[in-house]
Amino acid sequence: MSTASVANHDAAHDHHEHEHHDNFVTKYIFSQDHKMIAKQYLVTGMFWALLGGFLSILFRLQLGFPEMNMSFLRPILGGWIDETGHLDPTFYLALVTMHGTIMVFFVLTAGLSGTFSNFLIPLQIGARDMASGFMNMVSYWLFFLSGVIMFISLFLKTGPASGGWVVYPPLSALEQAIPGSGLGMTLWLVAMTFFIASSLMGGINYITTVINLRTKGMSFSKLPLTIWAFFLTAVIGLLSFPVLFAAALLLVFDRSFGTSFYLSDIYIGGEALPNTGGSPVLYQHLFWFLGHPEVYIVLLPALGITSEVIATNSRKPIFGYKAMIISLLGITVLSFVVWAHHMFVSGMNPFLGSIFMFLTLIIAVPSAVKVFNYLTTLWRGNLIFTPAMLFSIGLVSFFISGGLTGIFLGNSAIDIQLHDTYFVVAHFHLVMGSASFFGMIAGVYHWFPKMFGRMMDAKLGYIHFWITFVGVYMVFFPMHYIGIAGFPRRYYSWTNFEFANMYTDLNMFVSAAAIVTFAAQFIFLFNFFYSMYKGRKATLNPWRSNTLEWTTPIEPGHGNWPGEIPSVYRWPYDYSKPGAEEDFIPQTVPLSATPESNLPHEQELVKVELEIMKEEEDVLVSNETGH
Amino acid sequence: MYGFLIGVGVLLIFSIVWMVYRIQTLVSVVKGSDKKIASGSNKVNAILFIVFLVGTGILMFWYSIKEFDNYQLPVASEHGVVTDSLFWWTMAITGIVFLITHVLLFIFPYKYRYSEKRKASFYPDNNKLEIIWTIVPAFVLAGLVISGWVAWSDITAPAPENAHTVEIMGYQFAWEVRYPGKDNVLGDYDYRLITATNSHGIDFNDKNAIDDFSSPVVVIPKGEPVLFKIRARDVLHSVFAPHMRLKMDAVPGMPTRFWFVPTKTTAEMREETGNPEFNYEIACTEICGNGHFSMRKVIEVVEPEEYQKWYAEQKSFIQLNPALADGLSAETKELAEIQLSEK
Repeated sequence: MSTASVANHDAAHDHHEHEHHDNFVTKYIFSQDHKMIAKQYLVTGMFWALLGGFLSILFRLQLGFPEMNMSFLRPILGGWIDETGHLDPTFYLALVTMHGTIMVFFVLTAGLSGTFSNFLIPLQIGARDMASGFMNMVSYWLFFLSGVIMFISLFLKTGPASGGWVVYPPLSALEQAIPGSGLGMTLWLVAMTFFIASSLMGGINYITTVINLRTKGMSFSKLPLTIWAFFLTAVIGLLSFPVLFAAALLLVFDRSFGTSFYLSDIYIGGEALPNTGGSPVLYQHLFWFLGHPEVYIVLLPALGITSEVIATNSRKPIFGYKAMIISLLGITVLSFVVWAHHMFVSGMNPFLGSIFMFLTLIIAVPSAVKVFNYLTTLWRGNLIFTPAMLFSIGLVSFFISGGLTGIFLGNSAIDIQLHDTYFVVAHFHLVMGSASFFGMIAGVYHWFPKMFGRMMDAKLGYIHFWITFVGVYMVFFPMHYIGIAGFPRRYYSWTNFEFANMYTDLNMFVSAAAIVTFAAQFIFLFNFFYSMYKGRKATLNPWRSNTLEWTTPIEPGHGNWPGEIPSVYRWPYDYSKPGAEEDFIPQTVPLSATPESNLPHEQELVKVELEIMKEEEDVLVSNETGH
Repeated sequence: MYGFLIGVGVLLIFSIVWMVYRIQTLVSVVKGSDKKIASGSNKVNAILFIVFLVGTGILMFWYSIKEFDNYQLPVASEHGVVTDSLFWWTMAITGIVFLITHVLLFIFPYKYRYSEKRKASFYPDNNKLEIIWTIVPAFVLAGLVISGWVAWSDITAPAPENAHTVEIMGYQFAWEVRYPGKDNVLGDYDYRLITATNSHGIDFNDKNAIDDFSSPVVVIPKGEPVLFKIRARDVLHSVFAPHMRLKMDAVPGMPTRFWFVPTKTTAEMREETGNPEFNYEIACTEICGNGHFSMRKVIEVVEPEEYQKWYAEQKSFIQLNPALADGLSAETKELAEIQLSEK
């Protein structure tokens, strides 16, 4: 085959170029290799997920067992547990806030996009590395710095930011309003600034790499859906994060320099503040202009990973590849024009509410298309339940359950009652929290062999999946009932109200389920770290997958392919093609090599393909003689 | 001692789990099942999906039916009936989709689990299907949106002229209520006028303010439109009256409003729920600080006649605290004095 000759040529030359003499620091710490940076993101993300999950267990203890004596937590929480052994209500709000911030930004944005965009984009498009390895490294270290600052804020005497993860002013602007709005909020803003810089650097890199560094033959119509998802995620992030930065900057001005962007007519702590003319609603508009696209920043990579995993393990092409891309594009565009559905009862003009209700329910259409396409991909497949596959099916289930409740909340008339109740909590934890989390876990199980050259244990993976899958539903499904009953969010306790003075049993159940689900994640952690060193050795292509990353050596070095980067001749989903011997045909196999399985229109492409190959060979030969 | 025992127990459990894990790994290596494309676990997982489908399905229906009266709060406003019916219509439609998709999602894994004898069907696309499931959801959603939009437009339309105005002001961590008094017009306010005795910041130089009065509970008449004028003094709050299906943020510097028609008096509701202690409540649904979970206010819905009587009996701010009238302009002071003498 002509590919072979292409591959041999220049191999030595190329190899030399990418041979780095790494020491410990450049290999593991200030690495510019996209694979190492991906692993750094992954491990950091796992740390934050563990911490974020632990914070949620703390406040679930309060909600499920309000009478409980929590003195045993004093070694960790110190003064936040009062003399009677109860959690401090201020700290409860800090826990809720930090749980949200950590999970949304550090785990599901950086941990998910950071890991898999970094790891898979060069490997799946056939590039040696990111467009700028240096910027990629800076991106990680800014994220790390941001994390350090946020982590320090947890230990402040006045507590970390406590105004909810959305940090609406005036609450977040005024120290008098809540202690967490003092130094804790300052650190939150500083940390987020670094975080935004980090994700912009990452995003620019992802976009540039996908546009410019695709290997020969890898047209946009041959990209795996993972890459499409990562690409569009980066585009969304690039357009929306700067707006969060603007919002945060104005908040900094209001907090520290006496401006009145968000503050007006405030009397607090026995004095009237001089600020007039500002609008708290302005902040909400700016925040949700990022905040809503952020939901898709979190979700799209997970959907991309799922598309790949489901197709591979169904041994079937993803159904409606083009429709999947179109719906991804649709979601990308629409994600920018639905933000105000978070603000139906914020006091903004009700006419605006009508507009955003229409736009919001439109975005349900591409989401529905994706679900139907996943189902059709499973239909008449030959399903192999790897742990990654199980988590992907779990994701689809969460995406349906949480997506459908979005139809309630996107309807402004119904939202009046449901807004800021546990119905919302149930909705977004399923559709964006758990779904994205499952996407991330699926990705880890699926690409672990490529990351570490070893396999994770499948049986432990099954146990991990079933406890987590059932657990997540047991945590979040009951919240719908509590939400319909009108229980408000971010409440330390509901016993002050007659209408909400019930469901103590259900809350206890939810908390118990949360603890079990959290505990089950340690099975994963064990499996992850144990398999990294002691797992079964991976084969070259353990899932018998079509995409390019499986054509690299089992443990690819910096530069990914030792020789020439392989060319791509077909789309990534030629599974179980009629006539083909195996049930998969990798993207690197030319159409001319598989006349038995080519479809009629592909047969015509063979001619073009052969011509191009011939031309290339001529060029090579003339180059060689020219030397 | 207990700590030690628990420690030993945990250690034991871990070592047993560890042993089982090692043994099963070794056994699978010996049997060579780790080389196979799909081991016996594949079938177990496929079956577990069915078990999950049936198990959680039963659990969901059982609990939803058993608890219906608990989570479905009785509704006590005109628009609440509309939004509730929208809610349950949406529930019916999404419920059907939820069931169908989940049945398929969990049956497919069982039905199409891996078999060496079979090959998956190569079925990359079908434009007709794609168009169908783009257009059908679009139409269904359009129906939902339009009915929601009609309801939303009615709810957010300007309040009728004859609406009874009540001002609700949120602050850390309670609500205060102000009625416009006999003239039915609320007096001006300015947050810079807030003092210990004038917690609303009412500008008593405004003649309309002189007969304004406050109340510890929100009293409103049944069957007549009521307009809540909502504001906040310090940070964001949100007025949430769950039985009225009413929610609106209280924003410092930007007054908001919500009007509605209560349909059941507190007494009627006590009868309906069989709870003699029943009260309509207002809660805060926008995080506002430590006391966010304790901002309770009671609404009392009474018959219109009773309301008129109660309204006439209330004493204005100035009547309760004549010192508020100090330093007013001569004209306003006169009005205030007339009112005081009426006492």
